Amino acid sequence: MTVLLEMNELLDTLEGGLRGVLEARGIDNPVLIGIRTGGVWVAEALGKRLGLSEPYGALDISFYRDDFSRIGLNPTVTPSSLPFDTEGRDIILVDDVIMSGRTIRAAMNELFDYGRPASIILATLIDLGARELPIQPDAAGQTLALAPRQRVKLRGPEPLTIELQESGQ
Amino acid sequence: MTANDPSPTHLQLTRDGQLRHFLTLDGLERPLLTDILDTADSFIEVGERSIKKVPLLRGRTVVNLFFESSTRTRSTFELAAKRLSADVLNLDISTSATSKGETLSDTLLNLEAMASDMFVVRHSQSGAPHFIAESVTPGVAIINAGDGRHAHPTQAMLDMLTIRQRKGRFEGLKVAIVGDVLHSRVARSQIRALNELGAEEVRVIAPGTLLPLDVEDLGCTVEYDMARGMKDLDVVIMLRLQKERMEGALLPSEREFYRLYGLSQEKLSLARPDCIVMHPGPINRGVEIESAVADGPQSVILNQVTNGIAIRMAVMSMAMGGQMAERQQKLAGQQEGRA
Amino acid sequence: MSAKEQRAGIALTITGGQLYDSERGLVDNPGLLIRDGRIAALGAGIHEAGDTLDAGGQIIAPGFIDLCCNLREPGNGQKGNIRSETRAAARGGFSTVCASPETSPVNDSSAVTNLILDGAEARGAVRVLPIGAITRGLEGELLSDMAGLKASGCVAVGNGSRGVRNARILRRCMAYAKTFDLTVMFSPENSSLAADGYAHDGQVTTRLGMLGIPEVAETAAVMEMLLLAEETGVHLHLSQISCARSVDMIANARARGVPVTADVAMHQLCFTESALAGFDSRFHVRPPLRSEADRQALLAGVRAGTIAAIASQHLPHDSAAKQAPLPATEPGLSSIETVLSLGLELVQRGELALADLLRSLTSGPAGILGREADIREGAPADLCLFDPQARWQPSAESLLSVGKHAPVIGRALPGVVTLTLVEGQPAWRSA
Repeated sequence: MTVLLEMNELLDTLEGGLRGVLEARGIDNPVLIGIRTGGVWVAEALGKRLGLSEPYGALDISFYRDDFSRIGLNPTVTPSSLPFDTEGRDIILVDDVIMSGRTIRAAMNELFDYGRPASIILATLIDLGARELPIQPDAAGQTLALAPRQRVKLRGPEPLTIELQESGQ
Repeated sequence: MTANDPSPTHLQLTRDGQLRHFLTLDGLERPLLTDILDTADSFIEVGERSIKKVPLLRGRTVVNLFFESSTRTRSTFELAAKRLSADVLNLDISTSATSKGETLSDTLLNLEAMASDMFVVRHSQSGAPHFIAESVTPGVAIINAGDGRHAHPTQAMLDMLTIRQRKGRFEGLKVAIVGDVLHSRVARSQIRALNELGAEEVRVIAPGTLLPLDVEDLGCTVEYDMARGMKDLDVVIMLRLQKERMEGALLPSEREFYRLYGLSQEKLSLARPDCIVMHPGPINRGVEIESAVADGPQSVILNQVTNGIAIRMAVMSMAMGGQMAERQQKLAGQQEGRA
Repeated sequence: MSAKEQRAGIALTITGGQLYDSERGLVDNPGLLIRDGRIAALGAGIHEAGDTLDAGGQIIAPGFIDLCCNLREPGNGQKGNIRSETRAAARGGFSTVCASPETSPVNDSSAVTNLILDGAEARGAVRVLPIGAITRGLEGELLSDMAGLKASGCVAVGNGSRGVRNARILRRCMAYAKTFDLTVMFSPENSSLAADGYAHDGQVTTRLGMLGIPEVAETAAVMEMLLLAEETGVHLHLSQISCARSVDMIANARARGVPVTADVAMHQLCFTESALAGFDSRFHVRPPLRSEADRQALLAGVRAGTIAAIASQHLPHDSAAKQAPLPATEPGLSSIETVLSLGLELVQRGELALADLLRSLTSGPAGILGREADIREGAPADLCLFDPQARWQPSAESLLSVGKHAPVIGRALPGVVTLTLVEGQPAWRSA
């Protein structure tokens, strides 16, 4: 069984939350960095909505994953691409889904190897809970609690859709 | 009809096809070679960051075991390992243990006992890294940094990376390898890589004394005359000529070799105008190559050096990943067995 | 009580199974009575005496004769000794082995020959026939004391595995050996062409960057030796040839009436250069394993009788000698226990007839040594009984030789030797 979630509504909520955080912190010139692959697609959509002129960055966290010693190197690693200097910037880090928090831990470690940002705001389309690390999104499109056998699947980049899938008995 | 599988594939790959040693390009297929090049591309990007280091091999120990000294190659492996956050130990064995009557096996088992995770091995004898991977320390990832006349797979792969950067493809390329093919581990690995990646033609250009018997079987054509051999080339790779080749009736003199097989501006002009010039280094100026060509616009020799670090980071992290994944599987298997 | 006295009076009757010798070929065993170390009666009319052995399903052949075996004694013992290696030979079905002169010290004097023969008498399981060194120290320079060697019991003189660099010395060696009607056994190799090589110069060396021994290193030496043998008239035996072209040249010379014979090592008939493709140091042998075309020509040479004998070229080593990168290892296989089994695999694959295999292990080598290997009344009871269907698996634990580098390890092979008799005495009996 597959349920299609309403992408526009999710993005509306995420955008609204994000604008609130930016305003509260007085940030007027942030840069977007998406985590490959889904986070990059969401970052692109957010970039248009927020009307940011700068291109967004793309982060591949393969070299920073903490499960390297268990499963080896991701064979489809692609270079990270940050077409701007991150030193002293306010960064919006974007991913499609947050669960354990390990991906975000790896992404922040990688970001700091490019320089010292002024701040990082975390934006995710879906928050699935089930955290294993003390990392929380500043803005999320929706919070979901998955039943066993349920999972979410993002497809993109065009059109960008998100599905709630349930595997058979 | 041998009893065992003589191909090196079973030794280099885990059951699910991940690299666990990197000994030779024999038996490695195009998708894996392409993965290595792609991974290296990502490491090139890492080299452009303010902190040029990733935590992949943090807490792992890499031992550079050089039974044949080579400061250049050892330095790039050392830098690659350090950029992967590994602890690195450099051992120049030719001067220490083996001269005291300790066997190679003894030396390696001692090092393994120091909890080494990876050996980068350079040895003057063909097959030494195979021997170590197969018989001595199978739980340690072995990276071949050049063995005898057999293979120098990281050098060949960094050359492939350089070609792909400049040409964007391998299909349709005409590549020549010029000089001492007989004694060259680099040439053997390059010929194999170019064939597997789909180059249109690989030519070897050398006098008969510097070619192995039936070299065509490796997947190349043979040309004795350099002027004819330069025609239509997209890539020309010059090999280093060792001084000792003048002994033992292989060549009459450096001067005659340079006249016939040295790469001059004039000979280069016979190739395609966008032909790139490569050399694994260190260069003998005026023996294999004219200085003006080595430093000229068609030379990509310095790119090769940069790419060397990225390729070695790629191969080291892939092989270490394969080893560790395999260790995990074995551990899981043991626990299942106990349960 | 001496061994000879022990043998006296003991009788054994063997019934059933099949009997092979070069006269009859393979026939049903008519019944065999062994007494006093000799074959006392054969066929109808034998009355069962002493112990009776039912050889049903087995083949009874003359005990095998090996023209090239390294017993490693005298030597430092790490790589084998007469006790261990003659037991390995007996397990392989051999009742007689020629001991290579390449011992330490080299067998270039009566003193060393006597040492070997005394050792064999005291500790040997099978009959040992020493080969003397053709030059002093096998250094290829000074003639050895061939008359003395012959008088002490050497059955031939040879160069072991070492080349004789100098053709003039080779010519004088042959002329001197001819004086005493001694057979000269040469491994043909031109040292300057073989140089530092350790593998067949061909596809595998080209791909793996190994140092090659070209075919011409052997064929040039074979041609030179054939011409010198033709001139001197000495009986030349070429040991362990490996090239197709050598077989041709030997056949031609034999057709011209040159007194030349040849043998080939069993591993040359079974394996090729591709055995080295994974740098397996066991298959570092000398002469090197060559191409498939060479292997086919060697098999054809055995079938045609140009190559009259198959030898083991047994060369045991301690494990350290093989535990190194291939170029740094020592050449040689621990092969004598698997010769028959590998031969039976050739028979199963249709590459060699059973009769050709057995001839090349019995009457073929016997003829080269001027001996007999027939099962007839009055002959010494040197016999080998084996079950061609039964299988066994060589392993480091199961091999009797000190050398554990057998050509096949951990794979089941056909052919189990159940009994080897030397003058009626069991030298090996399978459990």
